[in-house]
Amino acid sequence: MSTDTIDESRSPAPGPVRSSSGDPILVATDVHRSFGGLRAVSVDHLEVERGSIVALIGPNGAGKTTFFNVLTGFEKADGGTWRFEDHDLSGKPAYYIARAGMVRTFQSARVFPRLSVLDNVRLGAQNQAGERFTKALMKWSWRDQEAELAERARELVEWVGLGPKAEDFAGILSGGQRKLLELARAVMAAPRLLMLDEPMAGVNPALRQALLEKISELPGEGITVLFVEHDMDVVSAAADRVVCMAEGQIIASGTPSEVAANEHVIEAYLGASSGDLRDTRTGADSSDGEL
Amino acid sequence: MFALSLGSALIDGLRDSIAVVACVSALAGIGLNVQFGFAGLLNFGHIGSALVGAYGAAIVVNQGGPLWVGVIVGVVAAGVLGLLMGLPTLRLRADYLAIATISVAEILRVLANSARLQSVTGGPIGISNVADDFYSINPIPDGRYGWGSFSYNHNTLWAMLVGWSLVALASLFVWGLAHSPWGRLLKAVREDEEATRSLGKNVFAMKLQAFIAGSVIGGIAGIIFTFDGGFVKPDFFIAQTTFNWYLVVILGGAATIIGPTVGAIVYWFVISVFNSLLSQAIGRDGWWFISSTDVGAVRYVLVGVSIALLLVFRPEGLFGNKEEAVIGEH
Repeated sequence: MSTDTIDESRSPAPGPVRSSSGDPILVATDVHRSFGGLRAVSVDHLEVERGSIVALIGPNGAGKTTFFNVLTGFEKADGGTWRFEDHDLSGKPAYYIARAGMVRTFQSARVFPRLSVLDNVRLGAQNQAGERFTKALMKWSWRDQEAELAERARELVEWVGLGPKAEDFAGILSGGQRKLLELARAVMAAPRLLMLDEPMAGVNPALRQALLEKISELPGEGITVLFVEHDMDVVSAAADRVVCMAEGQIIASGTPSEVAANEHVIEAYLGASSGDLRDTRTGADSSDGEL
Repeated sequence: MFALSLGSALIDGLRDSIAVVACVSALAGIGLNVQFGFAGLLNFGHIGSALVGAYGAAIVVNQGGPLWVGVIVGVVAAGVLGLLMGLPTLRLRADYLAIATISVAEILRVLANSARLQSVTGGPIGISNVADDFYSINPIPDGRYGWGSFSYNHNTLWAMLVGWSLVALASLFVWGLAHSPWGRLLKAVREDEEATRSLGKNVFAMKLQAFIAGSVIGGIAGIIFTFDGGFVKPDFFIAQTTFNWYLVVILGGAATIIGPTVGAIVYWFVISVFNSLLSQAIGRDGWWFISSTDVGAVRYVLVGVSIALLLVFRPEGLFGNKEEAVIGEH
């Protein structure tokens, strides 16, 4: 029944997400992943246009994070291919994918607690000569690079507003600050596609606006952004395009207003989630009544 | 009367804390610290590295090979063991890795002990008289050096000199690594593997390198131990020793540079002082339920209690960073 709904949605909606300019940075085809009998991800086609900000929305359990994990090598795909620029990244290990220029963050921010904020950001940098065991003891071989990286890391720490905390252990940061730190660290990796998994989760409303502005600045720096988000307001404010997933499949895509108006999206995403809320409320009420 | 015995106990403690046994513990601790302190790898088989280092050197020398070949074979063998022990880190972490590594060390000890290999390893008896070449290159003229209780013959002094020089070198080596981007990356692996992967870093390669580096230093500890005593046997390489080395690392402060060395000195000082005091207090006739032969075991009880107290009041160890230790708990 649900599959019928999704199939119908393809004909009126743009369906498979194709970029208009014909310069996709990421093209995923037929990517699927199951857990036991559950098809967590079953994406026929997704393209992300270079230089855009694309939001991936969908109700809880729609498979957004699993899709992220698969694309970034943190979970094995059962099948499918995805190309990033001219690299075939299907089934490659996580570090390989990040090195290719596709860097992700995590839904619950993962910082290195017992390293300073600055060191956290420095770790993002790619191709560090001093990170090789054979060169580690030859300080002259990495001193200059290290100085450059320190400067860049300092800039990024300031950029996300963590300047006063630069020397502190990352472990003392609040949840929202960790999100900001993770963003700075990921940008330090100089990715061409940045994949943010719920960048606003746990961030207080005051920081939220700041974070949103930071994300909007990224395409100007040559960074394409694909992010997972629940909040439609955030999505409307930041995203050029929106892709909606439900039950592992892409059910709609388009501009934020197009997707927000799509009845299948309303049904699957907004409808389902508000329906969930209503169910739990009435459920609680009725059980109270019964008791 | 009691003051007198305390004085001699302290002298015993000081003697042991600068003896070759202490620098062997320090070296082993420095190696373990690379794996456990900096990389967060729970290696419970570190004694295996000392075993292959010791046996590698002893077998070569025993078969008539030159000393330097023996040393190189010992070091390479420890490095190869580090590589082999590091391979399971691809899939295993924390307690599972601990079980895998302790098994490897026990297998090595049982192999060394087996009668089948007696022609090579000497079986349960081990290999003796392997230190002649080591002492024949001793540049220190024959005689006694030092004052009073701290008087050593030229050979003991030579072993101490070599041992502590190696401790200094190994510390310098680890200091260099820890203050490089490599060291920073290693700590990142300890803190969060997934996040490290997400930044394009090859976590498995880092863990292998840490395992190899730590194992080589552990192997050198085994080689010094062998040349100091002049013989090896399987009984030296029981799993418990690995835990004593953990103690040394945690006592001094994990992920610090001088932590393991200070930990080893303090450990041997405390062990020796308790040993001396207990022996004196109990005398030949024993006291209450403790007979004079129990002293060796009872001192470990006291050491355990004092270390438990230290960790309650100073969980970061003697030289660790308090803030770091507190963050680590979350």
